[in-house]
Amino acid sequence: MSLDPRLSQRIARTFLWAMTAVTVAILVFIIFFILRKGLPAINVDFLTKNPVDMGKGGGIFSTVIGTVVLTALAILIATPLGVGTAIYLTEYTWENTLTRVIRFGAECLAGIPSIIFGLFGFILFVTKLGFGWSILSGGLTLAFMILPTLIRTSEEAIKSVPASYRQVSFSLGGTKWQTVTRVVLPSALPGIVTGIILSVGRSIGETAAVIFTAGSALRIPTSLFSSSRTMSVHFYILAREGISMSKAYGTAAILVIAILAVNIATYYLMNKFIRKYS
Amino acid sequence: MPTDPVAIRVSRFSHFFGAEQTLIALDLDVCRNEILGIIGPARSGKSTFLCALNRLNDLVRGSRVEGRIEIDGKNIYDPDVDVIELRRKLGTVFATPIPLPRSIFENVAFGPRMAGVRDKVRLNEIVRDSLEKGGLFEEVKDRLNTSALKLSGGQQQRLCLARILALKPEFILLDEPTSGLDPISTMKIEDSLRKLKKDYTIILVTNNTKQAARVADRTAFFLNGGLIEIGPTAGIYTAPADKRTDDYLRGKFG
Repeated sequence: MSLDPRLSQRIARTFLWAMTAVTVAILVFIIFFILRKGLPAINVDFLTKNPVDMGKGGGIFSTVIGTVVLTALAILIATPLGVGTAIYLTEYTWENTLTRVIRFGAECLAGIPSIIFGLFGFILFVTKLGFGWSILSGGLTLAFMILPTLIRTSEEAIKSVPASYRQVSFSLGGTKWQTVTRVVLPSALPGIVTGIILSVGRSIGETAAVIFTAGSALRIPTSLFSSSRTMSVHFYILAREGISMSKAYGTAAILVIAILAVNIATYYLMNKFIRKYS
Repeated sequence: MPTDPVAIRVSRFSHFFGAEQTLIALDLDVCRNEILGIIGPARSGKSTFLCALNRLNDLVRGSRVEGRIEIDGKNIYDPDVDVIELRRKLGTVFATPIPLPRSIFENVAFGPRMAGVRDKVRLNEIVRDSLEKGGLFEEVKDRLNTSALKLSGGQQQRLCLARILALKPEFILLDEPTSGLDPISTMKIEDSLRKLKKDYTIILVTNNTKQAARVADRTAFFLNGGLIEIGPTAGIYTAPADKRTDDYLRGKFG
């Protein structure tokens, strides 16, 4: 016996709607929960004062700086590497064993837990190369961690640029480099930026890889070789050591708001860019 | 100005994609300031031939050639040929209009910019002149800075024509340029081609045998990668030498 097709339609639609609703509900619940617990702790002093007494008092200013600097460094290192690799793989070489090995390697790298990156960064940058617990060690480690994502998303974005655009560019006397920079990259930019945003999010939220490599100093970093604490690490230490739950939730709320703000700002900029190019 | 009436001389030219032979020992001449029509059924090698002329086939993996194509007496497959320079000399219009996602102005200025033209006044001149020759200027002169993607299909194709004219090419290659256009737009393109013939040598690949009859001075019939016959258009259409040409023109296959 088969179901009435209209009934099965209705069941399918209700079922899918329910799954969507559950997803949204979970997301809203998490954000609401964090904001409700965290917002009372947030005020001007919380944002502009440095932590005192291990974070029991004061604000989180130095950890905000630590997060921004570390994330920026990771993105600055990883973006040229990732986008460059993606351009090479898609535009400058035919598909062959080497490209498959590179792609397979990048994919494996993406699946490695972040704490392993932390350990690797600790052994290579902190001890072997002697950078110590520092912004530099942390930034390099984070860069390696986000590299596979950047390669992958950039490659997808570049591949989705219609082949006909390249054909037009070449037929109009464009060199490979001109074609890449003037036709392929502008069209692929929204996708590449999406990958960068994802990476920013991961960097901001990363704890394990950072705590091993950038340390957890509460001072404002003064050079690339200063140890520094990010907001995520700060949250982890505050909660884990039971130093101050209200400050911990305050930090978490700022983290969530920061990630939302980065996303919204990027979508706004991206829309302006897309309007200009279409 | 070269005086040889033959602009392109193709001799024993074959083309391969991997193991598959796509053009078979072609021998043909293209004369200066003529419109050469190329007709033939799908997969007869018409488009491959165009892409062999501007070496866009180089971009496809496994592409290989034998024989010679001489343009102004120089074999374009010689190792010392500057491919970029060659492609500027042979402007190509494709079957589907492919405006780049930029403004009308930037589309036309794209080629000259890549060739290193930076001067604003000079670019303005080139863009205006090219759009006029392409028969589009009057329709778009007030909105050169709006997106080229907003133009109609016919306008986009004339934009593509203007875009290659901006390179000041010697040859215009058209690959079924009106296959997606309505009769009025098709007529406008054909009018432009008749005017352009005085300054350029034009090769028009078309699926539409009537189009070749309307605009081509000479017509070549391709079949399965080989040239069956080439001659003055009137002759090909009224008294084809080969039975296969006759069959194709009568619609018996293809």
